[in-house]
Amino acid sequence: MRNFLGFAAGLVFGIGLIISGMTDPAKVLNFLDILGPWDPSLAFVMGGASVTAFIGYRLIWRRERPVMGSQFDLPDSTAIDAPLLTGAAIFGMGWGLGGFCPGPAWTSLLIGSSGILIFLPAMLVGIVLAGFAKSSSSFASKGA
Amino acid sequence: MGPVVPTEFTPWLSLFGGVLIGLSAVMVMGLFGKIAGITGITKGLTTAIPGTGGPNDRGWRLSFLIGLVAAPLVVLLTTGAFPQQSVPTNVWGMALAGLLVGFGTSLGAGCTSGHGVCGLARLSPRSAAAVAVFLVAAVLATTLVRHVI
Repeated sequence: MRNFLGFAAGLVFGIGLIISGMTDPAKVLNFLDILGPWDPSLAFVMGGASVTAFIGYRLIWRRERPVMGSQFDLPDSTAIDAPLLTGAAIFGMGWGLGGFCPGPAWTSLLIGSSGILIFLPAMLVGIVLAGFAKSSSSFASKGA
Repeated sequence: MGPVVPTEFTPWLSLFGGVLIGLSAVMVMGLFGKIAGITGITKGLTTAIPGTGGPNDRGWRLSFLIGLVAAPLVVLLTTGAFPQQSVPTNVWGMALAGLLVGFGTSLGAGCTSGHGVCGLARLSPRSAAAVAVFLVAAVLATTLVRHVI
């Protein structure tokens, strides 16, 4: 049941990404290209998603605990520190270059463009490299 | 990175897709009590990295990811074709982009979903700072590639 519900949530997320246009790098890059053929659609994605989550979270948090867990596990870090800002800047550069962030990258895998077949493995390598960088220094950030 | 492909402004479709993404985030919070951050969910796969959740997390994270990957199949079955995409074709550019996205989201502990959707919904100042920085960096990168280089 746990796995089925996890799968269902992932499917809804992926279908949302596709319908919204987030899985098309051309749309993402045109959103970011404010001096070019600017397409503001993605602001509506972010708006629709965060307002829905804002309302939904507050309804859910009236419960004592999640349906399949013992407690709500929210990131407790509030620090706006160097790893957070450096990581966000590095991520943003990659996003602006390739037009993929992690969710749409996964959802694009089966569509099988040559670009995603390079991007996705490179992304996983990047995650592993960051893991090494973190474990070899205190330069790390915890929790969204 | 390839030719500039014009796209149509799609406020309603994008809003509707966004609502679905938000609903998924609410499902993950309501069912598992967790943030629906794709960075964290992806990291859960690379189990070599410490501090990415216990075995209890691994199950739903893996099945969530399978759902995320399977989503275009639903589109294929209902419309007879995969969703339209124009993906940059520059091999080294896409390799660099992937590396930066993986490294940056891992270091900054979140991406467009974790900091963007979920963090903003929680009114987290930390996530708002991350979103501001990655948006500015992304606009600069796209502008640099398309208008300067």
